[in-house]
Amino acid sequence: MRPHVDRVVDTSGTYCPVPIIETAKAAREEGPGKTLLVIATDPGIEADLPVWCQGTRNELLGIEREGGRYLCYVRLVAKP
Amino acid sequence: MRKPKALGLVSGGLDSTLALLIVRDILGCEVRAIHFYTGFCITESQRRRGIAGKDGKVKPNEALAAGARLGIEVEMIDISDQGYLDVIANPKYGYGANANPCIDCRIDMFVRARKILEEWGGDFVFTGEVLGQRPKSQRRTTLWVIERDSGLQGRLLRPLSAKLLPPTKVELEGLIDREKLFAISGRSRKEQMALAEKFGLTEYPQPAGGCCYLTDEAFARKFFDILDHRPERRIERDEIPLLATGRHFRISPAVKLIVSRTEGENFQLRRYTDGRYLVQARDVPGPLALVEGEPTWEEMVLISRIVGRYGKGRDRSELVVVWEKDGGKDELVVDPRIEDSSIDAYRI
Repeated sequence: MRPHVDRVVDTSGTYCPVPIIETAKAAREEGPGKTLLVIATDPGIEADLPVWCQGTRNELLGIEREGGRYLCYVRLVAKP
Repeated sequence: MRKPKALGLVSGGLDSTLALLIVRDILGCEVRAIHFYTGFCITESQRRRGIAGKDGKVKPNEALAAGARLGIEVEMIDISDQGYLDVIANPKYGYGANANPCIDCRIDMFVRARKILEEWGGDFVFTGEVLGQRPKSQRRTTLWVIERDSGLQGRLLRPLSAKLLPPTKVELEGLIDREKLFAISGRSRKEQMALAEKFGLTEYPQPAGGCCYLTDEAFARKFFDILDHRPERRIERDEIPLLATGRHFRISPAVKLIVSRTEGENFQLRRYTDGRYLVQARDVPGPLALVEGEPTWEEMVLISRIVGRYGKGRDRSELVVVWEKDGGKDELVVDPRIEDSSIDAYRI
């Protein structure tokens, strides 16, 4: 089952690191407890988003491939 | 005593990773880490074309990976804007061996870092620069010029070489302890590797000998070809990914041809067809090509032959080559059997 999404960040057509820049911007605006759906077409997202989540201590709920798109679910976590 | 606020420029390499650890864990500063994306990173461009590492996986961005290892957010900041491109097309301090205007590039980055530092209310900027490590941008006089021109005098700390450089304001004010800083210089990385071991850093990227396309000879030829065939010294943003893609040919002063080499490059070229001709052989597999400018009929024939030469129909006596632009379509029948020596004359 797909998680409830509070905000969609559609980065289709852009190259990494732009999807990460957009994700970070949305994360700053939304704050802890919210879930982002990041849509990307650059395959680099599969490598970049997990390490970004590790560095920012946010939770990567999963990445799904849908045709040429990557649907990435990120739960924003309160910083210690 | 208050905790100093430090803004770090992080590439993800060993030196900037160590600098971050020194400033955060030894000096005890509040650290904010940023990474400037210029659009000229070789690793980033390879990732974009789907080029994987030895394990078959596409590697993560090195700065983000460093952030993950250290448990800190590395903010990605895209500086590949026209202002940055104008700096590299018109560098005040000139180029290095190729198209690398390292001093001007650093100054531009540090000016941006200074603005971020001031908005944030930070005390100083730090980097992983090591005195004497790079021939152009990390000499003593150059480090000083970069500091002066960026407006960061006394606010730029290079923790790995700090003891060999004049003290910064935060050191003079006693906010950080100079004795805890290092005196590393030169190209050897032994001291950095020993320091990495002390920090328990087991994973870090190996020095790649420069990750910037501007230091690459073949890239530089293509970069200067654009500047040489334009009335004003200017390079456009969407030209940068193309410079790292395909074989480039200067057909005439106003016409340029780019021929893909791989499937990944086909995908890449398709994204930049706006205002350019898309050219490919009709009935056989082969490369995609982009043409900039308005070729004459003779030039169209030559281009069609070159495109045919790199495809599966290269040995045919006749090949149909399709030209498309802005919804319009043309077909040319050509003989693709062209000598390599004839093509080489146009190669950039």
